[in-house]
Parts: sequence; C-alpha cells; structure tokens
Amino acid sequence: MERNQREAPIMEALNRLREARIVPFDVPGHKRGRGNKELTEFLGQQCLSVDVNSMKMLDNLCHPVSVIARAERLAADAFHAKHAFFMVNGTTSAVQSMVMAACKRGEKIIMPRNVHRSAINALILSGATPVYVNPGVDQRLGIPLGMSVNDVVKAMDENPDAKAVLVNNPTYYGICSNLREIVRLAHDRGMLVLADEAHGTHFYFGENMPVSAMDAGADMASVSMHKSGGSLTQSSFLLVNNQVSPGYVRQIINLTQTTSGSYLLMSSLDISRRNLALHGKSIFRTVCDMAQYTREEINRIGGYYAYSRELVNGDDIFDFDITKLSVYTLDIGLAGIEVYDILRDEFDIQIEFGDIGNILAYISVGDRRLDLERLCSALSEIKRRFSKDRTGMFDHEYINPQVRMTPQQAFYGEKRSLPIRESTGQVCSEFVMCYPPGIPILAPGEYITQEILDYILYAKEKGCFMTGTEDPTIEHINVLA
Amino acid sequence: MELWYTENHSKDVQFSMKVDRQLYSGKSHFQRIDVLETPEFGRVLTLDGFIMVTEKDEFIYHDMIVHVPMAVNPDIRRVLLIGAGDGGAVRELVRYPGIEQIDMVEIDQMVVDVCKSYLPKVASGFGDPRLHLHFEDGLRYVRFQENRYDLIIVDSTDPFGPGEGLFTKEFYGNCYKALTEKGILVNQHESPFYAQDAQAMQRAHSRIRAFFPVSRVYQAHIPTYPSGHWLFGFASKGLDPVKDLQAQRWNSLGLYTRYYNTELHQGAFALPTYVKELLEQVQREG
Repeated sequence: MERNQREAPIMEALNRLREARIVPFDVPGHKRGRGNKELTEFLGQQCLSVDVNSMKMLDNLCHPVSVIARAERLAADAFHAKHAFFMVNGTTSAVQSMVMAACKRGEKIIMPRNVHRSAINALILSGATPVYVNPGVDQRLGIPLGMSVNDVVKAMDENPDAKAVLVNNPTYYGICSNLREIVRLAHDRGMLVLADEAHGTHFYFGENMPVSAMDAGADMASVSMHKSGGSLTQSSFLLVNNQVSPGYVRQIINLTQTTSGSYLLMSSLDISRRNLALHGKSIFRTVCDMAQYTREEINRIGGYYAYSRELVNGDDIFDFDITKLSVYTLDIGLAGIEVYDILRDEFDIQIEFGDIGNILAYISVGDRRLDLERLCSALSEIKRRFSKDRTGMFDHEYINPQVRMTPQQAFYGEKRSLPIRESTGQVCSEFVMCYPPGIPILAPGEYITQEILDYILYAKEKGCFMTGTEDPTIEHINVLA
Repeated sequence: MELWYTENHSKDVQFSMKVDRQLYSGKSHFQRIDVLETPEFGRVLTLDGFIMVTEKDEFIYHDMIVHVPMAVNPDIRRVLLIGAGDGGAVRELVRYPGIEQIDMVEIDQMVVDVCKSYLPKVASGFGDPRLHLHFEDGLRYVRFQENRYDLIIVDSTDPFGPGEGLFTKEFYGNCYKALTEKGILVNQHESPFYAQDAQAMQRAHSRIRAFFPVSRVYQAHIPTYPSGHWLFGFASKGLDPVKDLQAQRWNSLGLYTRYYNTELHQGAFALPTYVKELLEQVQREG
C-alpha cells in the first residue's frame, strides 16, 4: 500500500473542526447537540458534536475534492481498487449504483436468482433485463449455493449481448462461486463483473480467505463495511476497478444519494478502514478461531450440523467463508426460524437469521468467549427441551423461478390484488421474501406456482418475518391483470 | 502511612479495611487478582477489586455452601464444583469419606495457583486424590455431562464478568441434565439487600425454579460481602432441604464446623419477610 494507512482524513478533519470552535450558522439545527438536550443525553455529546454538514474543511460527499477524496483514495488502496466510494445509504445503494452503472434500460445482466432484493430493485429502477442463473442447491442442507461455471458459460453463450455478470461473494451462508474463472470468461466476452460483497469485507484483510472481488479482477464490488468491517450501520464502500469510469459511477450514485451525507457514517468508514488496514489480519484470525471453535462445539452436541469447508466441491461451492457460523437444524425437528425464536425468547440470544432449515450466528471481533459458550449451551438446551420428530418438515430453501417478464415491466404493469392462496397460475408484480435474509422467494415478473405458494405459507406459519408485498399482512398479492 | 482497601458495595456505599501490605497483584486472561494482608481479616483475596475470601470470615461461606447439601443427602458420591478457585469448598468436601469423586471446574488457573501460594489455610484440600481439576468454562463443562453428579456446587463470582454465564437459563438447564435423580444444586445466590444484588438474586431464582421442582433459598451472615446478608440457593429434583435433613446421620460423622450446625441448618431456611416478598414476586411473575 503506497499511502499511509495510519491516516484517517475525515476523522482528523472533524477533530480540527472541533478545535477550531467554528460558530455554526448552518444545518443541522441541533447545533452540536445544544438544541436537543434529550438527544445529546441519549447519544452523547461527542457524537452530536461531529454530526455536521458539508463545508470547506470537511469536503462534500457528492463531489469530493479534499478530505473525503483523500479518504476514498486510502480506502481504494486498502481494498486494492482503482477507486472507492463512501456510501451512506447501505450496500443496497452500492448494489443499485453498480447495476445501473453497468446496464441501461433493456440491457441484459446475468445474475444468480438468490441475489439480495437490492439487485432486483436496481432492475426495476433501470429497466435492465435479468438473465437468471439458477444456483446449485445442496441436497442435504436445502440451501442455494453459488453459480456453477458451466451454467454461467451457458448463460453467456445464450446471451452474448449481456453487459454484465453479478456474483454473490459470498452468499449469506458463506458460499463462493469460482470468481476468478467467471471474471476471465466475462472479460473474454466484453462483459463486466459486479460482485455483491455485502458479506465479504474480511476477504480483503484476513488470511486464508476466499478471493476478494478486486483481487479476482472484478470491475465493481459493493462491500458492507458495517458487517464484518465494524463501521456504523448503513455505511458501505462501492469499489471500482479496471476500465470503469469513476466519474460516471459518481454521476449514477448522485442520482439517488443524499446531498447531506452523514459525517458519523463517513468517519466510521474512515476509522474502520484504518483499523482493518493496520490490524485486519489479527482481527480476522481471532474471528476464524472463534467461529471454528463454536462450530466444533455445536457439532459435538449432536443433532446440529455446523458446516464449513468440507462442503467445497470445486464448482457451485468453490470456496467457503469460515467466519460464517451457519448451522443446519432440521435433524432436531426444528426449523431454523424456530431455533432463532427460541434463542431470543428463552435465552436472550439474538442471532442474525433463521430460515427453513438453518440458522446463522454472526461472529465478530466483538464477541466474548463466554458468549460463545452461552450460544453453544443454549443450543444444547434447545435440543434437550424442544427437539421434535422431523417428519413433515419442509426441507429446501430454493425453488427455480419461472420468469415471464422483466421486473420493471411487471412492477409497473397493470395489476390487481388477489388473496395469496388463490394466486396460483398468475404472474406476480411484487416481491415476497423473508427478512432476513431478504432474498426474494418471488420477484416481479415471476410465475406463481403451487410449490412456491406452499413454501410461502409454510414460512409464514413457522414465524418467518415476511415482507415485500403492498399488503403488510401478506394475505393479498399483486398480480398482473 | 495508612493504606486502605475500599470496595463499593453499592453506588453510594463503601466498605473499607486497613491494609498492612499487598502480597500479590497480577492479571490473568480473565481478571485482576490481588492478595492483601490486613490486620482485621487476615489475608484477603480480591478479583477485579471485589472481595472473594478473607481468612477471617471464609469459614461461614464455605460451611454453608458445602455442609447444607451434605446433611440433606450424606450419601452423595460424586460432586461437581464450579468456580471455587480459592479451594475453601474443596477443603470442606474432602472431609467426607463417602465422597468418591470431586470434579472442580475453574475458568482461571491463576486463581488456584495464587491461592495455593498465598492462602494455604483455605487452599489446603487441593492435594486430595479424589479431586480432579478442570481449567475451563463451567458452562462448557456441564454441557456435556448427563446424569452424573449427586451434587453441583456453583461457587462463582457475581453475574457481571467472567461468572456471567453461570447465572443463565442454559447453565441451570444443563445442570439439571447433569444431575442424578437425587441430585442437588447449591449456588452462591447474591444478596437481597442492595438493589442491583437483589435483582440478580431474583433473576437467578426465577431461572432455577423453572427447572427444579424444589427451589429454596437460605441465608448466612458474611461480614465482608455487600450488606453482610448473603443468600444461597438450594434446588433439587425432589429432596427437601428441611424435611429431608438427616441431622442424626450428619452429626454422627463427627465433623467440627465453626458456623454450621444442624439447628442452624433449619433456621437458615427461615427468611426475613422482605426476602420472602422478593421471592414471592418472582413466583407470581412465573
């Protein structure tokens, strides 16, 4: 790294601002917290004193020329990218900007169907056409995997006019596709490669990790710094590489980005980037050790399967992110979502998500050994006290979609509302998903089959938090008229 | 020069004792460990600045945490001791010839080492061949035990810090599983007096009674613990601590104890009204 990663230009500028005792006759109106005592008491004086607006000494997120520009260059170096954008509306906005920068209306983008909702939302906004590659499905675990290279090649050959390929690196469950090979194949055909790295920040800093998008030669990547990177919720990076024009990407970002970028979020990105650049290796070594220890302890209990690299098959499970603690629960007769609920209600333990067959506990450098013991013991107690016969359990997460039209056409098309139980055979015009993980079960433009309907009703019954439809109770669904 | 040790018993109350000299100060992976020499209480062990044992009053705590369950079931053969790094509970347990095995699970080996060096009067039982030491988290150890122990003694620090996991539902549930049919769980149960301690006491009681058909609380007077009024929990799968007391059998063992006796045993379960009310509140709230 050329630049000095010990620097944190945004944080330093905020410290200078504080010392300069500038008199604020600008927004925000709380004026360093003095105008809102309750808020200051709750969040702390230190925090409110740096909740400030763009100004000369702090630069401007929409058009960075000084401290933000320097912080972005440092981030780009740390992530081996040509350029890094500070994003203050989550990785959702990074994914959307990335897709909209790559594809215009009517242009094709190849992507796995198990993308996050933000990617399909980008298609509604831009009017690009998705070419879905069905991810592999693990027969035992029922979870969607990565994309097989052969399937990607087939999609590329059938759609030589596609502009880009989007890859999850990794999936929510920690599964990676063969990114280097996909990049090579895409570049041979003049297609861009975009990576959703919402769950892959640590790939850039840890040792023995799956390859990161920038190191694999991908063109853009969306990185959730606020997940494994430790910055504040909602702060992310959009990384740009190769021939992609940073100026054009900036224009796309500015279509939807706030003009009042939060300095709390930006300074958290700046400080966290510095922390990872300086200490990332040891941080993620600790995280890997903790995840591995917990995985072994959970597997010792019996009945649960905490999986890891043994799944790797060289194709649709090309690599596995061992910091992810995903656990298969169906063998104790409980859906993942049921274990998730019991952990919270009975044991005061909040995990990241539970779906039909799995739970995922997020392990980070902030975890204490004793909390890992609590998680393992609580799982042992759940098995002892709550386990059931597993017959009749739904056992897979992924159903191949049948796409009838583009998400934009379906979303904006003439539609009517139907009771969801009577919607078989219709084309859906909105999303249905469990959140988390926020991967659509149905996306706009897809055919509603009895199998999908059974899955939705089952997930609802098991207590998944369902979202996406106009009807907040998910009793009705919008279909094309 | 006057040197004084002070511990906050609540946010607004302090307890101090004069110190002759500091014999040891060190930091383990888990906590800060200190041993003080004091004119009034003799040697004193503190963890993270909180008094754990003093030579002058430790006999009260250790008598009450060991002899109460042993007098209810003198046939106890296998004992699991969690925490108890100072060795006081071990010293009392090894006096029973009927006990065949004692597994002691202490997270912090340094506490045991320091106590062996500086508190030999307390740590005198560590040489007993029936004792097996395991240096690991008690919550982890008990996770893998089933129908194995007649008695589990939880001699832990407070539920803020390394001892936190030993006050959780998952821990008590795992203890239930680890106990035999006549099994007894005795634990350090905090104090009913100051608000923060009383809350911890209520939470522990509420979690224990969710698993054990018999769940009672008894008390002792321990001068160096906050308020001096300290509680212990007695939970079992069936044995009642008062009705099933085997006073004659216990007395026939001929063990001399400076605090415990079988009359006091029965009296210790008679609680002040305000403590009964705190416990009834937990029972009402289910």
